[in-house]
Amino acid sequence: MKHSYKFDVIVVGGGHAGVEAAHASHRLGAKTALVTHRKDTIGEMSCNPAIGGLGKGHLVREIDALDGLMGRITDRAGIQFRLLNRRKGPAVRGPRAQCDRAIYKIEMQAELARFPNLEIIEGNVVDFLMHGQSVHGVELSGGVQVHASQVVLTTGTFLRGKMFRGEEIIEGGRVGSPAAVKLAERIDDMALPLGRLKTGTPPRLNADTIDFSKFDTQPGDEAPYLFSTLSTTPAQRQVPCHITHTNERTHAIVRENLERSAMYSGMIEGVGPRYCPSIEDKVTRFADKTSHQIFLEPEGLTSKQVYPNGISTSLPVEVQKDYVASIEGLEHAEILQPGYAVEYDYVDPRALSQTLSVKDVEGLFLAGQINGTTGYEEAGAQGLVAGLNAAAAALGRDPFLIDRSSSYIGVMIDDLTTQGVTEPYRMFTSRAEFRLHLRADNADRRLTQYGIDYGCVGDTRKVQFLEYHERITQAESFLCSKSVSPNEALKYGISLNGDGVRRSAFDLLALPDVPRVSLSDIWPELLDIDRDVLDQMEHDARYAPYIERQKRDTEALQRDKMVEVPNDLNFLGISGLSGELAGKLNRIRPQNLDQASRIEGMTPAALALILVHAKRAKDQKTA
Amino acid sequence: MSDRRTIFAKASGEGVAGVAVIRISGPESWDAIVRLTGKDLPTSRRLSRRWLRSTDGTLIDDALIATFEAGSSFTGEQSAEIHCHGGRAVLDSILSELRSFSGCRPALPGEFTRRSFENGRMDLIEVQGLSDLLQAETEYQRRHALRVMSGAISDRTGKWRAALVRARALIEVTIDWADEEVPEDVSPEVITLIENVQAEISADLKAFNRTERLRRGFEVAIVGPPNSGKSSLLNAIAGRDVALVSDIAGTTRDVIEVRCDLGGVLVNFLDTAGIRETEDQVERAGVERAVERARAADLRILLASADTDASSFISSEADDLKVWSKIDLSPGDADFAISTKQGIGISELLGAVESRAKKAAESAGSFGHERQRYVLEAVSRSLSVLVETAAEVDAEVSAEHLRVAIAELDSLTGRRSIEDVLGEVFSTFCVGK
Repeated sequence: MKHSYKFDVIVVGGGHAGVEAAHASHRLGAKTALVTHRKDTIGEMSCNPAIGGLGKGHLVREIDALDGLMGRITDRAGIQFRLLNRRKGPAVRGPRAQCDRAIYKIEMQAELARFPNLEIIEGNVVDFLMHGQSVHGVELSGGVQVHASQVVLTTGTFLRGKMFRGEEIIEGGRVGSPAAVKLAERIDDMALPLGRLKTGTPPRLNADTIDFSKFDTQPGDEAPYLFSTLSTTPAQRQVPCHITHTNERTHAIVRENLERSAMYSGMIEGVGPRYCPSIEDKVTRFADKTSHQIFLEPEGLTSKQVYPNGISTSLPVEVQKDYVASIEGLEHAEILQPGYAVEYDYVDPRALSQTLSVKDVEGLFLAGQINGTTGYEEAGAQGLVAGLNAAAAALGRDPFLIDRSSSYIGVMIDDLTTQGVTEPYRMFTSRAEFRLHLRADNADRRLTQYGIDYGCVGDTRKVQFLEYHERITQAESFLCSKSVSPNEALKYGISLNGDGVRRSAFDLLALPDVPRVSLSDIWPELLDIDRDVLDQMEHDARYAPYIERQKRDTEALQRDKMVEVPNDLNFLGISGLSGELAGKLNRIRPQNLDQASRIEGMTPAALALILVHAKRAKDQKTA
Repeated sequence: MSDRRTIFAKASGEGVAGVAVIRISGPESWDAIVRLTGKDLPTSRRLSRRWLRSTDGTLIDDALIATFEAGSSFTGEQSAEIHCHGGRAVLDSILSELRSFSGCRPALPGEFTRRSFENGRMDLIEVQGLSDLLQAETEYQRRHALRVMSGAISDRTGKWRAALVRARALIEVTIDWADEEVPEDVSPEVITLIENVQAEISADLKAFNRTERLRRGFEVAIVGPPNSGKSSLLNAIAGRDVALVSDIAGTTRDVIEVRCDLGGVLVNFLDTAGIRETEDQVERAGVERAVERARAADLRILLASADTDASSFISSEADDLKVWSKIDLSPGDADFAISTKQGIGISELLGAVESRAKKAAESAGSFGHERQRYVLEAVSRSLSVLVETAAEVDAEVSAEHLRVAIAELDSLTGRRSIEDVLGEVFSTFCVGK
């Protein structure tokens, strides 16, 4: 007998994309099921035990601003917090945390278990339920059918995933996870464009066999900067990380055994990331460097396992043992789990719309590593977008759209869907042209109101945000309404350019050599403004001149985004467009004029022509 | 991505014509007219005569102005038209004034049409002209690409871009990989890279005037006192077997032009009539304009003869050709001696003009378009600010100036830079764990 269930949204996969997708879908009010092959692996940090960093930390703050999970769970599981780039400007400071892997998983599973409207189903998805070209649910092994109008697939590296360790090849993405062959065949039938990528992991070490006295210690920040605006203090005991280095002996061992590495013997065809090179890559491409840094990241407070970040590899186990032993402090280190490389198929994300739904298959959304990205943060952010949009589609609501000028999430979605990927996509702050505006510390001011209006922000955050917003607004209007002349300022020991121009309190906050105490001498009311609010004002003021200039670009972008390009517009039929450009446009199928404008080879006149035809097609439809 | 700033462009066709029209559209268009004329706005939708002046007060031209309110113009925006004299010096001066106004920028190809369409002022059939424009644009790019590949003119933009991408990569590595083993202070290399680019850009901007003119023809002014044989020389040139391109009747009564193709180079001969001392106010204004025009030309032929006053009102430049005319009357001391009556020396003179025109064409810089000049000026501005403030601001602000500069350069070629910046980072530094 076949069992049957009915939901609004099914999320397949319990990784970082899956949990955000399921939770977001649930927040929007959709009846949601999360299907995973093993409940106890939900929220697993399968790579290194750290969250955040530059660009990545910004993403987590944004997920939090929209009431997602990653930030709060990280704060509960964090055993070391550091704000990177403290000595640079506020726009490029990124929070980062080492997590206790076990606590992270437990907290995540507990969080998901709290909601009756969010069901967790343990089972292997073997196929989609299809009606023509649309997905209507999934079939589990054993024949159980789960129905829903929208399905979010977040299954990471399962598409023809292969693991390599020296000469050994193991089918399957993560250790112990069976590759879903039938589902992969179904996706093949959909004829989505696929590519192949690879990634690597280092050998995990036993802490008891490491001589920590030989390392540099890297402590966490004294005043931890947390990810969630709902958190107040770290929940766990804080511990340091350690740093060691490879040496010429390490490099010689790797070099002598290069032909035994899966990546160098030609067994792996996938493209690896340029920014996360394996130890084989490092000694080959940067042969003149005599040592490379290794971060020893503790995997948890009670775990024996240490993650040596910087020496990922696909060399055979015995070579891994040799090169690890050549490193200072690791002479007697025991390898608990050898390093390996993973090669897998990804779906070219240009086949997705900005909601992360597959353009040609109704009811199917993709999020996470399957879209060619790498990293928990990138996966989580996509999960959030896909989950909200799947719920919106199921409930008949407007899509959740987010753009480059408002967020790193928008930058990523736009990069993926218009540019595609050539290597595993990772966020960097340099990808965001509106970087000076997109600070980690103002993610809530950029996104939470939008989240409240859209309906994906819970009451606790809503109340807290509105109160904070009120304090910000009051401070801002006070600071902008008060001003001094250079002469008046001099009386308080502040020397300004003697141009006679009055400067507002807001302007003065931007000046690095004007101390806040002098400002509160002039305006004692400043003492009543909370420190966090004043920090925000100072950061705003600091970038104000540049943001003003960027505003014009943002407005142009918004206008171009408003011009929708019909999905069925045939660019080859537009006279005047070069065949090459028209072919490219037909392939990428931009959804609006802004996306079209960022296609390589686009000219202003060609864009004007597309605008004309887009409008005409729209007029004909409404006529 | 095109912003909503005020745009301007020459709306009349290429080549020298009696009258040229410059179109300005956008929120600052009327302000631009007020600044150029120094007077209140004339009644809208009516032609009014106004003197145009540059910011420093120099007279540019005696022109006709028309203004249009939003809703009653070609683009549907507030806009204005300047009908000025068609000479290059005048056009260049007006365009360069407009460029210097902060709210104004040169229009992109097809931009007037696009705004017009967006504001509902045109229907699809009217915009089909865009297709033609696109083809013309493609043709220009094809020729431009050929020029670059032939090596006659090096691909300077590409070189600058590579240097700026490298500079940005150096800064970005200290931002995005701050927790790794990367250099602490990259500023010496960054500043050196930028200053080299800046030096080359400013050299090219200087060469710009020459190039822009060459695109429309090498200009040769025939100068001399009344009766020294200027018109006879012009007629002789027009009547010879040089390929006559056009023969435009004097646009004003002051200057008469003959365009011809000399060995593949377009050459404009100007007869600057009537250069002499005069008490007549009207005539003196004409003489001044003629002198101005002759000074702005690429080359001057200075005529003198036995029966005229040989002193010239134009100070000669080293390269100018001194010509003794009417040698049938009496011989004189000069670079060339000619007789238009007997047809002596004309070929030699034209040969000398041709070789100078070719030399000028070879030495001209690579940039010849209003938009390109605007871009180079914008790049140069961003780089100057960067260099001046680098010591005081945070790295991400310096990176922002570079991003803007590279984006401007990329607007000429349609490329995207961030992947190149990342590529430079990853090939130079071993970052990532």
